[in-house]
Amino acid sequence: MTFGAPAGATQFMALSAVLFSLGLYGALSRKNAVMVLMSLELMANAVNLNLVALSRFTDPAAMTGQYFAVFSMVVSAAEIGLGLALVLAIYRQKKTIELEAMEELKG
Amino acid sequence: MAETVDGIAFFLLAFASIGGAVMMLSTRNVVHAAFWLLEVMLATAGLYLLLDAEFLALVQALVYAGAVSVLVLFTIMLTLRRREDAVRPFEPGWGALALAALFGGAMLLAISRAQLPIGAMPASVPTTADFGRVLFTQWAVPFEIASLVLLVALVGAVWWSGGDRR
Repeated sequence: MTFGAPAGATQFMALSAVLFSLGLYGALSRKNAVMVLMSLELMANAVNLNLVALSRFTDPAAMTGQYFAVFSMVVSAAEIGLGLALVLAIYRQKKTIELEAMEELKG
Repeated sequence: MAETVDGIAFFLLAFASIGGAVMMLSTRNVVHAAFWLLEVMLATAGLYLLLDAEFLALVQALVYAGAVSVLVLFTIMLTLRRREDAVRPFEPGWGALALAALFGGAMLLAISRAQLPIGAMPASVPTTADFGRVLFTQWAVPFEIASLVLLVALVGAVWWSGGDRR
């Protein structure tokens, strides 16, 4: 793709795949619980972008992807709220949010 | 309406979102990472505008750039005991990097080979009013369920983070 060429569905899907992979890397590699949750948000964001882009380029009149993205945003907003509440509850018990401190179930 | 969007605007917004994501993962300061996430979310709102999804762009700016970033920043600040704790040691995670690169490579290969049906945009682009009309008729039940999900999440978040009163 040359600079400034019109962008279609393929370009948006490639951007979304790159963002998702970056989020996956962050979620797997970080040791801070808040950083893991932020990486999860990055992945959810990439998925939403993919939904909206495919809806726009395959059946724009129905807007189905936009509705899916709205409901997906609701779920990921609930997820980040509950996740951060859990982080606060864990901090109150352990005084740290490092993932290494949470290994009671490790075999 | 064309079957493509403006390439220069797409290029700039894609650069902003990928660059913001890379900076979020490469900075060692957690507070800086939260602000880079905010930048990624705003760039995504711009991409939604480019895709003729004005309502989604607004929701993205309100929910992610507004509410979620504030939540994340509050949690970071409530769980830091000293200012220096915000700066993390370098944690590359080579295994995770290899896995994510493999996944991304496979996705990009699949995307480059995909054959997509091309739909034509109707003469009148669906507006936010059309979006709302369909949302409250065809999608009314999912909409109500979504409000229930948010209510349960709200109660659960208050319960979990509520301290030692019980």
